Amino acid sequence: MNDLETTITGLLSDTGNSSDRLLQYLCTIQEIYSHIPEEVVELLAEKLHIPPVQIYGLVDFYSFLHREARGDYDILFSDNITDRMLGNQALINSLCNKLGVKRGEPRPDNRVTVDVTSCTGICDQGPAMLVNGRVVSRLDEERIQAIADLVEAGTSLANWPESFFVVEDNIQRRDILLSDLIFDGSAIENLLKNGSDAILEVLELSGLRGRGGAGFMTANKWRFCRDTEADEHYVVCNADEGEPGTFKDRVLLKSYADNLFEGMTLCAGVIGAKKGLLYLRGEYRYLVEALEETLQKRRDNKLLGENILGHEGFDFDIEIHLGAGAYICGEESALIESLEGKRGIPRVRPPFPVTNGYLEKPTVVNNVETFFAAAKISVLGADWFWSVGTEESYGTKLLSISGDCSRPGIYEFPFGVSINEILEACGADDVQAVQVAGAAGTTIPPQEFNRTIAFEDIATAGSFMIFSGQRKLIDMVQNFAHFFCHESCGLCTPCRVGGSLMKDLVEKVIAGHATRYDLNEMRNIGLVMKQTSHCGLGATAPNHVLDTLHKFPYIYEQQLAHAGFEPAFDLDAALGAAREITGRNDADAHIKDG
Amino acid sequence: MSSDKKFKLDGKDIPFHDGDTIMDAVLRAGEYIPHLCHNPEFKPNGSCRVCVVDVDGRHMSACTLPAAKNMEVDNSSEVILDQRRSLLQMLFVEGNHICPACEKSGACQLQAVAYYTRMLSPHFTHFFPRRSIDASHPDIIFYFNRCILCGLCERASRDVDGKNVFSISGRGINSKLVFNSPTGKLGDSALSATDKAVSVCPVGAILPKHKGYEDPIGERLYDTKPISVVGDVAANHSANDSSRNGD
Repeated sequence: MNDLETTITGLLSDTGNSSDRLLQYLCTIQEIYSHIPEEVVELLAEKLHIPPVQIYGLVDFYSFLHREARGDYDILFSDNITDRMLGNQALINSLCNKLGVKRGEPRPDNRVTVDVTSCTGICDQGPAMLVNGRVVSRLDEERIQAIADLVEAGTSLANWPESFFVVEDNIQRRDILLSDLIFDGSAIENLLKNGSDAILEVLELSGLRGRGGAGFMTANKWRFCRDTEADEHYVVCNADEGEPGTFKDRVLLKSYADNLFEGMTLCAGVIGAKKGLLYLRGEYRYLVEALEETLQKRRDNKLLGENILGHEGFDFDIEIHLGAGAYICGEESALIESLEGKRGIPRVRPPFPVTNGYLEKPTVVNNVETFFAAAKISVLGADWFWSVGTEESYGTKLLSISGDCSRPGIYEFPFGVSINEILEACGADDVQAVQVAGAAGTTIPPQEFNRTIAFEDIATAGSFMIFSGQRKLIDMVQNFAHFFCHESCGLCTPCRVGGSLMKDLVEKVIAGHATRYDLNEMRNIGLVMKQTSHCGLGATAPNHVLDTLHKFPYIYEQQLAHAGFEPAFDLDAALGAAREITGRNDADAHIKDG
Repeated sequence: MSSDKKFKLDGKDIPFHDGDTIMDAVLRAGEYIPHLCHNPEFKPNGSCRVCVVDVDGRHMSACTLPAAKNMEVDNSSEVILDQRRSLLQMLFVEGNHICPACEKSGACQLQAVAYYTRMLSPHFTHFFPRRSIDASHPDIIFYFNRCILCGLCERASRDVDGKNVFSISGRGINSKLVFNSPTGKLGDSALSATDKAVSVCPVGAILPKHKGYEDPIGERLYDTKPISVVGDVAANHSANDSSRNGD
């Protein structure tokens, strides 16, 4: 108890003791104690002058925070559809059997917990898992056996084979963005020399639009923010790359962090921000150490800190904030709530973050790739950026390609590239469908493979998952339906309840009990979610169902029951309790034909 | 001279002031857009989505969208009414709303809005969640079965009572209302029967103890007139209280 108090007091005094940092404290506490002990909640509540329920509100919201202790090895299998296609279910069962542990429950000796989590962004090198926050990639039966042995032997993670933790960049195609990558202050020098108006002019000329998918003009966002009067402005980088099937930020953060920080610093100089925040998804915690080193190196080189490059009054620094397992925090206003140490509930908009963002101050929130591109454009000019792309979508897009192809990985393509060209480049044939822009995106059938990646056709943050003719596409629908149900924040009715109804109907289809009536229900619920949800999560959550119902009707028809109507519950199963009480389980105690 | 700040609600001119949401202006004009989580006394949170209307082709919640000149707001098309009914049906199947067994029946905003939008059945598959009752408070009883997570008690307790008794915890379909007290029980919280938070509940989730069925069926809030005429539960609460006190 004394130990605990010392730890907490130390944690709070190191970082300034503020409830804005509550989520960060809880992430650290979870790491130390493998859960959030009751005593800690009481202590924190007292020291931060907030009610304990507020703290439990966070613990119960974020997937990576727990009230009950996890095992010493907290193993989370990535459970995206691409992990499933690579056989993760059999591997999960195998590891559970070897370790004698049930999914989601710590082993009685508290040695280990085996559970699943949403996509971890290792789709090109899966199946993957997180062990106490570190990634183990390319799982197979052999590696699972080795992991079981290491866990049983109590071997510390530091002594596990290094090869287990290898995550390659896996860049398969480079274009203008990923070539000539030297950023040691040239963008900042440029800004200091020419002023913020000049930078905004170049960005505007270049036509750079946000790379997170929504495509807002970057120059406008920065200008609105700069021109909003306030005592403080903030730069926020959205590195909560949670869209299933996306992993390009993983590569940019791991190998090109300098360029990202250069872009954030450039933005700070333009809008007059003293502080920047990098919101890093909890799944990427293993990148923090290297990121911190890069930040320190930049401070040492006067590219961050006070008087940047000797310019009096140009003060700016960047702090890393961790997420804790909540896809919704990729939505910019939920992300800001999370940065402020709250549950990630999307705000009412308007007002938008450019005027009322972090701590209600004007804030630029941009994707990792956007800051990266902005820095390059500011140095190399709009012409350079125009050299590729389409009239409405200049430049290139980083695609994260996974699923059924021979060369998954990162592909940088000019905007305007067709699905066909992409499939050829990554070695995919016999393709049944491509899911572009992640679970929230669009399901594209072969007859539309001439369509292009561009803001004016298929907009995407980069997720590109390929399904061969051998796949049961309904498995994708099932995976996504569960994903959205799990990731709904719960604020609004259509997403909270509609998403749950949708998941149940998908399960009914899979169980072979659905009828045409149910398919129609799915359509109607999907439309209500699309039209009435509070934020983009709920509005896009039914896309996969609506798209597949429309363009892949056969995946449902194969599964339909013959009757015109089937009840939502299984009457025979409902009698199970009665059979248990009466001790009968003979044929007459069952309803025939279920 | 009449102001030119107007928008159209189903073809009718609605004047508005700077800073008004569509809902503010519509209610002031004596018109009605169904709503559950909205209460003009509190900052809107746009969560129930029942007030979603068609604004120039986009579906937006009236309680959060700032009014603007010349907007065309559609509050009565079949599309809007259908989706509104679906949202209400979702709320009905999410909890356990057994109207005949609920003391609030006849004076419940969820029920009244459902009648108003001509919802005839819950339609969707019931979740039948297992939820408890908290009867630990000497004067108040809390029925989790009936809570629709509108967040009004949370806002009232925080913004008016200054007590932060209620808060919404959990995530997604597991979201639930929790009480700020050492034991998690309502009885150990700072709530008192006269708190604003008690009177803003639009459904029968927060009810006073020691009295029951005071208004006979036929004389309850929405028994003779629809909610579009009678107004919200919370708006009628203070009026009822003062008339009782005067008895």
